[in-house]
Amino acid sequence: MSGFDKVVGSYEEAMAGLEDNMTVIAGGFGLCGIPENLIKEIRRRGTRGLTMVSNNCGTDKYGLGILLVDKQIRKMVASYVGENALFEAQMMSGELEVELTPQGTLAEKMRAGGAGIPAFYTATGYGTPVGEGKEVREFNGRHYILEEAIQGDFSIAKAWKADRFGNLVFRKTARNFNPMAVTAGRIAVVEVEEIVEVGALDPDEIHLPGIYVNRLIQGTFEKNIEQRTVRSA
Amino acid sequence: MALTREQLAQRVAQEFQDGYYINLGIGIPTLAANYIPEGVEVMLQSENGLLGMGPFPREDEVDPDLINAGKQTVTMARGAALFSSADSFAMIRGGHVDLTVLGAFEVDCQGNIASYMIPGKLIKGMGGAMDLVAGADNIIVTMTHASKHGESKLLRECTLPLTGRGCIKRVLTDLALVDIEDGRFILRERAPGVSVEEIARLTAGELVIPEVVPEMTFR
Repeated sequence: MSGFDKVVGSYEEAMAGLEDNMTVIAGGFGLCGIPENLIKEIRRRGTRGLTMVSNNCGTDKYGLGILLVDKQIRKMVASYVGENALFEAQMMSGELEVELTPQGTLAEKMRAGGAGIPAFYTATGYGTPVGEGKEVREFNGRHYILEEAIQGDFSIAKAWKADRFGNLVFRKTARNFNPMAVTAGRIAVVEVEEIVEVGALDPDEIHLPGIYVNRLIQGTFEKNIEQRTVRSA
Repeated sequence: MALTREQLAQRVAQEFQDGYYINLGIGIPTLAANYIPEGVEVMLQSENGLLGMGPFPREDEVDPDLINAGKQTVTMARGAALFSSADSFAMIRGGHVDLTVLGAFEVDCQGNIASYMIPGKLIKGMGGAMDLVAGADNIIVTMTHASKHGESKLLRECTLPLTGRGCIKRVLTDLALVDIEDGRFILRERAPGVSVEEIARLTAGELVIPEVVPEMTFR
């Protein structure tokens, strides 16, 4: 690795420095646009006591769900955690702490975390269990709660294409939380389907500039589908 | 007769106006996309990052990178746009979405809604529902009027943890279309063949019954 070249040679190198009890922010929505190989690398390393921040926690077989098998996650910050029996069992037994966070608030917490904004006011969650214990302020006759930003020791994300400088292009709805997740990690690791030479991407088409990216790796992806829904003919 | 799921979806779609940007929740709200009135053009917002959602794909069009908020494979309509979750919720919180339709377990006559958690039983999370009810001005809640044991879901005060406070103004149930104004339910329409008395019996919160309560009409 030299200069602005973010490409690393292996998944092991990509996640080097990940230690027990760290906070990891992950992109993805359901199984769409998840950094599936980086998750597998965390599983392989056996890192424990992790706080994972991601919209969902995968399924029993795929995505972040595989980190539940050996109880590597201590706390999960997510907006929706259905479709996962193991998750439910560990949550009910108290082995897994869960902080349910509204989806838009979660996206904004990551965005703020990456943008140096420590907290923000939002109407979302006011007067609900989410707002309990949080500062309330009135603006123009409406109530808002103060939500704090999230930053991670690591962030893991998936993009479609990148150049070697880590400039990223996402594809369709696989973008979702990935750009914000990248910005909010102290060490931001991104895996992509294709790495192109610097200059091959039109600067106007770059969704996230490489300044946010620390490590980049090209992988192959299973891209599992949770709800395959088709119409006839 | 109580409305079927399809009739609920059909009645919801009657609220669609030309040029509306609409977010449809999972379940019956999503079905409403099948009944968009003739001559009305709407754009469906999917909070995972798509404006301009099309129909489900044909087998050869399935793309794992293109799903809706229910994690189902979808397609894009002509003129669609893609964006991040932060941009998506900027649209929602910024009040740019014209109509939001979502389901609920309970609503009450203060406009409160409970839709995401049954303590000790169902703890899956709120997804985008809290953002949607806080960000939208125009919301329709679709739900059954009462549980299968005959317990009203239109209450004086919600018993389950709230998704949002004071944000619901219109509820469509399998029995009735009800507005919420000044701490009371107002009966606007009834399902074909359902009596005002039956609706009143199954509504726990205060219900105002206007002199004329028309039956819903379907084409």
